[in-house]
Amino acid sequence: MEMTGSQILMQVLLEEGVDTIFGFPGGAVIDIYDELAKTEIRHILVRHEQGAVHAADGYARASGKVGVCLVTSGPGATNTVTGIATAHADSIPLVVITGQVPTHLIGNDAFQEVDIVGITRPCTKHNYLVKSTADLARTVKEAFYLARSGRPGPVLVDIPKNVANSRSLYHPLGPIRMRAYNPTYQPNVKQLRQVARLVETAERPVIFSGGGVILSGGGAELTRLARSHRIPVTTSLMGLGGFPGDDPLFLGMLGMHGTYAANMSTGACDLLLGVGVRFDDRVTGKTEAFASQAQIVHIDIDPTSIRKNVPVSVPLVGDCRASLQQLNAMTTEEPNAAVADKRRKWLDRIGEWKETQPLSYQQDRAIKPQYVVEQVCALTKGEAIVTTEVGQNQMWAAQYYRFNHPNHFITSGGLGTMGFGLPAAIGAQIACPEKTVVDIAGDGSIQMNIQEMATAVQYGLPVKIVVLNNGYLGMVRQWQELFYGRRYSATRIEYAPDFVKLAEAYGAMGLRARRPEEVIPVLTEGLSVKRPVIMDFVVEAEESVYPMVPAGAPITEMLLV
Amino acid sequence: MQIEEKHVMTMLVDNEPGVVSRVAGLFSGKGFNIESICSSPTHDPRVSRITIVTQANAPVVEQIEKQLRKLVNVIKLRGLNGPRCVRRELALACIQFKPEQRAEVLKVVELLNGKIADAGLSHLIVEVSGEQEEVQTALNLLEPYGIKKLTRTGPIGLIREPK
Repeated sequence: MEMTGSQILMQVLLEEGVDTIFGFPGGAVIDIYDELAKTEIRHILVRHEQGAVHAADGYARASGKVGVCLVTSGPGATNTVTGIATAHADSIPLVVITGQVPTHLIGNDAFQEVDIVGITRPCTKHNYLVKSTADLARTVKEAFYLARSGRPGPVLVDIPKNVANSRSLYHPLGPIRMRAYNPTYQPNVKQLRQVARLVETAERPVIFSGGGVILSGGGAELTRLARSHRIPVTTSLMGLGGFPGDDPLFLGMLGMHGTYAANMSTGACDLLLGVGVRFDDRVTGKTEAFASQAQIVHIDIDPTSIRKNVPVSVPLVGDCRASLQQLNAMTTEEPNAAVADKRRKWLDRIGEWKETQPLSYQQDRAIKPQYVVEQVCALTKGEAIVTTEVGQNQMWAAQYYRFNHPNHFITSGGLGTMGFGLPAAIGAQIACPEKTVVDIAGDGSIQMNIQEMATAVQYGLPVKIVVLNNGYLGMVRQWQELFYGRRYSATRIEYAPDFVKLAEAYGAMGLRARRPEEVIPVLTEGLSVKRPVIMDFVVEAEESVYPMVPAGAPITEMLLV
Repeated sequence: MQIEEKHVMTMLVDNEPGVVSRVAGLFSGKGFNIESICSSPTHDPRVSRITIVTQANAPVVEQIEKQLRKLVNVIKLRGLNGPRCVRRELALACIQFKPEQRAEVLKVVELLNGKIADAGLSHLIVEVSGEQEEVQTALNLLEPYGIKKLTRTGPIGLIREPK
């Protein structure tokens, strides 16, 4: 059947199961938008294209589906770059569709022309400029296939206006196969046997679980492995929720702001089983000293992650869930007394670390940000989807909210994008309308994409924004306090809007707490209404995140409270 | 500190616009070094072959190769080192000399198995090819006469078929 490029695009989007698109129209995509309006696909009009990508990202993380954005050429396209890089760093499946000037104008410095394929080459999994309508269907199909398969990631498809307008024959395409792209899902059996042997013989094992476990849906298999062998589990920031936070085997997060127990256990273990992690510098600290007594096993679907940052004894390339499943099949027994006996000494030692240096803070006259996060956790029963901005708010959310399920902690881990949390919360709320979605924010980062409040109000999305308002760009301030002689260069936020009035101006609800006893009432009210709410918590100005490992130090050398 | 060594790699890639840029961009973006790069289509017009020489230690080479294999347009990648490979490089050197040196220069070119691609009263464009070391030796011998311009392809190569 002959169809226009815009019609073909809609057809393929529907075939790929797309029901929601986050976007912002413009001249180069006006024909695509015209066709979009004729479909059942829901379009969410954001207020800035960066918001569209983060929202699609939050949608993808909460739903496990591919997030889709549609923006125009030139500035519309460049505004997506931070969002794309964010998704790329965290391996989130996105398809970003950008309009482009007509093919005969490409290279002419035409109005709203930019080489977005060139710009995004290093921050996408792959990208395409579609030169002919005949190629469009296959290209978009490939984009979805690439985005969701292997190590997921963002894929950008740049569609010139005349490609959207021209007509071409359309035949539905079967499953996509690509000659040079074949991710390894099934692990090598020989390697797997080595891992199994190490798991069975290790005396002081630790599992280090990451975002790959969540992306692959491997949380249940991981939990089974850990429980049957009684192996304590730590996670990366991206891995939170991959193992139940309430389980006694859970050590807390690892790394720069990891728990004492997690960092010490990693330093003392004889087997570190890294699953779906990439041994980022925020986790390893000084790499030469990282897990220095351990044999390291590294399971990951992306071979480039393995041996990139740390030496590995047994590499295992494969899907995390498939690998854990097979590992369980090879080794797992029901939890039994013999295993418990064997592990007692190690778990006792860890128990001591947990007991002597738990996460802690002193609640006094000013509201402590940690207390706010703890109360958010208590009042949502640990069942909310939590997004964060970046900085202290993010670390306190990671430390003090107990994540028991995968896909419930949505944060910009790799790129560390301030302004991520609010649009991501919008996307997550659209993916999970029945869930409570909370953005734990700071007064600095919330202002980076505050315009998306209008989006939340327009679509009636009851996202809850918890602003930990300390009047500082707190994480940088903390570094300045500790390492720069308290010279607070440019980190004092000398002027900020009244967040309550700001919320009201957007048509949302605004609440404020200044004293500790106001925290629970404000949260109770804010969480109970079916509207977007900004809750402004005026917290202790110079509270710092602890434990902290100074950059470049071994993770066992922590600054404690 | 591991020793940095010259490492030659050859890859088959989709013959599409932007592919060389993806490969080269990966090197620059990850802080790897390209010493030479050579790309052209193969007998299959959909496929090009790119040969790259880089200077790096073994773990970095491993990482470069993995990253290259991860590119969607890279079909196949092999190292091109050691005796199981045939490697050749071609150089064109424009030699400028005094007319009375002409006979001597021609003799040297003949000795080097060089070809004369262009000739004038006081200049020659000489073509030399061979293993990289041979090309280097030839250029060293020509240098005293005055190299005005020089271009080298960098090595290309193929892996030998089993005997």
